[in-house]
Amino acid sequence: MKDAINIYVEQESGERIELEAPLDMNLSVMEVLKANEFPVQAVCGGMAICATCHVEVLESGPLPEMNDDEAYMLETLPHATDSSRLSCQLRVNPELDGLVVRIMPEA
Amino acid sequence: MSKITTDLCIVGAGPVGLFAVFEAGLLKMRCHVVDALPAVGGQLSEIYPKKPIYDIPGFPEVLAGDLIKNLEQQIAPFHPTFTLGERVEDLEKLEDGSFIVRTVDGTEIACKVVVIAGGLGSFEPRKPAIENLEKFEKHGVEYMVRDPEHFRDKRVVLAGGGDSALDWAIYLAGLCKELTLVHRGTTFRGAPESAAKVLSMAEEGQIKLILKSNVSEVHGENELEAVTVMVDNTTPHRIETDYFIPLFGLVPKLGPIENWGLELDKNAIVVDTEAYSTNVPGVYAIGDINTYPGKLKLILCGFHEAALMAQSAYNIVYPDKKFVLKYTTVNGIQELQ
Repeated sequence: MKDAINIYVEQESGERIELEAPLDMNLSVMEVLKANEFPVQAVCGGMAICATCHVEVLESGPLPEMNDDEAYMLETLPHATDSSRLSCQLRVNPELDGLVVRIMPEA
Repeated sequence: MSKITTDLCIVGAGPVGLFAVFEAGLLKMRCHVVDALPAVGGQLSEIYPKKPIYDIPGFPEVLAGDLIKNLEQQIAPFHPTFTLGERVEDLEKLEDGSFIVRTVDGTEIACKVVVIAGGLGSFEPRKPAIENLEKFEKHGVEYMVRDPEHFRDKRVVLAGGGDSALDWAIYLAGLCKELTLVHRGTTFRGAPESAAKVLSMAEEGQIKLILKSNVSEVHGENELEAVTVMVDNTTPHRIETDYFIPLFGLVPKLGPIENWGLELDKNAIVVDTEAYSTNVPGVYAIGDINTYPGKLKLILCGFHEAALMAQSAYNIVYPDKKFVLKYTTVNGIQELQ
């Protein structure tokens, strides 16, 4: 079994940057983005209360269901889309292998 | 307008700001604490008081609210004073090196040292990306409802789908000449009873409800006159209105601290880790609001930073005394009179 998956961040230019996300650290996608120095503020530390880790999911396998906190926060964002997620609420797991996200402008 | 004189003015009443009172008190320095929120505790009290925390030394598990209560008890012997419910606005450095901190409500705190423990910063309204929106702020565009009477017999367009938008739609519908609620989605995840009430008021014609839509433009000369709603993201629909109130929740910002001449990096204050001092002598930044190589945004790291800050601040408050580290195990807690 693999000990890491790959996730991709699509830039404005369309270029996709590959990131390696270890499976054994219980990281969130937000933490992987921050570890790779992407401009994700994540000021609330992953509690789904600030939306400063908002991403748009461009390609993915099955994603975990949204909990109420995440759904409520996304509902209040003026520029969320049907593919929006809070990256702090996406735990790195094998099903996320190949995930492609776009970091949304800071709210 | 009140005037306060103290040794340390601590901006932020979260756990790190409160613990700074303790560390300062051990060194016989008096503290005044200012916070925009009406109660101490910062986000621990305001956002997650019932959430357990597991990484406070000596507490295998402690609820956020209980940690704040314990900190209040711990700092009580040092008799800190508080200005709560007022956001800091201005920092003035005087010729003698001391400071005046001013709040939005005009409270002035004269102090020798300023300690910024502002956590996430202050929460400000999230603004939608609409061209020229700022031009109409206070001229028809509002981000919160301070006095509902202000909107009596006026035409109002609200935007948003959270509790705040639902609650104000219900309340203002009875006051306004015409109330329109524009929401991006098709459902409301706010309180179910509020959502049901809005839907029934819409059916009865008390609220004009436009779903799957966004306000995309604002129009007017000096005052707001109309907005354009992009229905289904495709069809523009103009609504004549006196007010547009986007209610998209709050987002943390540094706020006025941004204008204090402090070195910043990605919305955080750069500090020297020897004492958590900023580039302005006499101003320190501790807790989540600062940044340095290796920074960890943990409460316990903020506690450590408070201890080092206090030792350095001692040299400013008592320039003629030599600092000698004393242990509480030997000296206990000497109450400040």
